[in-house]
Amino acid sequence: MSNVSKTVTLNMGPQHPSTHGVLRVVLELDGETVVKAEPVLGYLHTGIEKTMEDKLYYKAIPCTDRMDYLAPMSNNLGFCLAVEKLMEIDIPEKVQWVRVCLAELTRINSHLVWLGTHALDLGAMSMLLYAFRDRESIMDMYEAVGGQRMMTTYIRIGGLAQDIPKDFDKGIRKVIKTIKAGLVDYETLLTNNEIFINRTKGVGVLSAEEAINLSLSGPLLRGSGVNQDLRKANPYSSYEKFDFEVPLGKNGDAYDRYLIRIEEIKQSMRIMEQALDGMPEGPYRAHVPGIVLPPKEDILYKMESMIFHFKIITEGFKTPVGAVYQAIESGKGEIGFFISADGTNKPHRVRVRPPSFINLAALPKMCEGNMFADVVCAIGSIDIVLGEVDR
Amino acid sequence: MNEIVRAIGNVFLKMPKGFVVTLRHFFKKPVTIEYPKKKKPMAPRYKGRHYLERYDDGTERCVCCGLCAAACPSDCIYMEPEENEKGERFAKVYEINQIRCIYCGFCEEACPEEAIFLGHEYEFSSPDLNSFIMTKDKMLVAHPRKENPFKKLIRKARKVYGTVDK
Repeated sequence: MSNVSKTVTLNMGPQHPSTHGVLRVVLELDGETVVKAEPVLGYLHTGIEKTMEDKLYYKAIPCTDRMDYLAPMSNNLGFCLAVEKLMEIDIPEKVQWVRVCLAELTRINSHLVWLGTHALDLGAMSMLLYAFRDRESIMDMYEAVGGQRMMTTYIRIGGLAQDIPKDFDKGIRKVIKTIKAGLVDYETLLTNNEIFINRTKGVGVLSAEEAINLSLSGPLLRGSGVNQDLRKANPYSSYEKFDFEVPLGKNGDAYDRYLIRIEEIKQSMRIMEQALDGMPEGPYRAHVPGIVLPPKEDILYKMESMIFHFKIITEGFKTPVGAVYQAIESGKGEIGFFISADGTNKPHRVRVRPPSFINLAALPKMCEGNMFADVVCAIGSIDIVLGEVDR
Repeated sequence: MNEIVRAIGNVFLKMPKGFVVTLRHFFKKPVTIEYPKKKKPMAPRYKGRHYLERYDDGTERCVCCGLCAAACPSDCIYMEPEENEKGERFAKVYEINQIRCIYCGFCEEACPEEAIFLGHEYEFSSPDLNSFIMTKDKMLVAHPRKENPFKKLIRKARKVYGTVDK
């Protein structure tokens, strides 16, 4: 028969439960072997970059929350650092330390959701429940700090939205205690689990050279053994003052990425403890009239503050002409914000370097030539958030 | 052969450790709550449904300066000003489209009179689209106040100016 084709084309997604959103992967199968895997994107395109161009600088911050909705604080931090770099604002030390603390909290949040969903894809149901149970403590902390459980918008240009709550120290320590107890459960369930090891070891292998050529970042790059962490390589927000290690993998497979993320959670807790122990005193916003909003107490009683407050909110602030790029290490990798400023109060162009989107480019390399059942594991090990991929 | 022995060892020695973890949770207190019957207390800073504050004498705090509407990233606030017989400004129309609103709290932060706040109420789903347009009478707190305010006010006293001659 001449009209029988050798390969079968299969659409995985956009409603497949283990594609973590609305990702569609067009798979060409030869029996059980994947010949070609092509991710098709754009089902969740919301035009966030374009929306940010139409908003004043401070109004663009809520847009960044909605990209990687599992790591809102990291996105806020990246954008605010970029604007602060553009405006050359010096940030008080306390603000920097609080930001570090919250960014690490966000990393744990992001990794916990990854851990739960990835393990669920591989058949470990209770992991999802345990991970989300412990994530709840982080959500409560977000709520206490920023007032919202997911779209916090807490980090602002020049500082923070409000001063940290009184029980900030106690709350974070409680979170650390919860996660530490949870980690024992996760590691007992997964690290030596025969089924989990069989499903992840040797799956989605990327060599160090391949990972660099694909410009990957985050745990995906470090899983292949490349020592690249922006917190060490290019410290921002006084990360150089903290003592932590960057875990590295050897084989570059899904199991190594799992080990790295677990180790990163531990290191994040270490950083958070250091930040709490040495938390300096100081204001929660930089004092830069005309750019950074004055504290609320001043607005109600001081005429000058009131005038600045009105001016910033209605007109924003004018930037110098130029372009900046600021990248930070979020839970998923390097998230960078490029802002091209044309001297007005709105950005001329905002371009986001999304880690999920660029890491997703490694999917064909991980899947092609391997078994069909391992595609789910490969997608899971990348740790994508489709809100960030499509923006 | 060695491989098989190792696999059997894993199944009988390491896997039961995992079962012990799941079994232990069988005896623990549940972490979930029966939601509609029991409710979780919200954090003091929680941003829920908006409400408009009053002074202790019952007059509205809002002077309709429009700063909340200017600060709103999703442009969901609409207002029309008017003056009363004393010459004081107040909002004749004050509407918030709750479907557009993203609950970022910029309005609360922008308000120079401490008039608008985001409260702790989060159950406002409705089958009627029009009910999501929050008007002033829905948002203003009752006078005299029935419940404690959700958020602390910095300035409690009302500034009294002389009446404007017309």
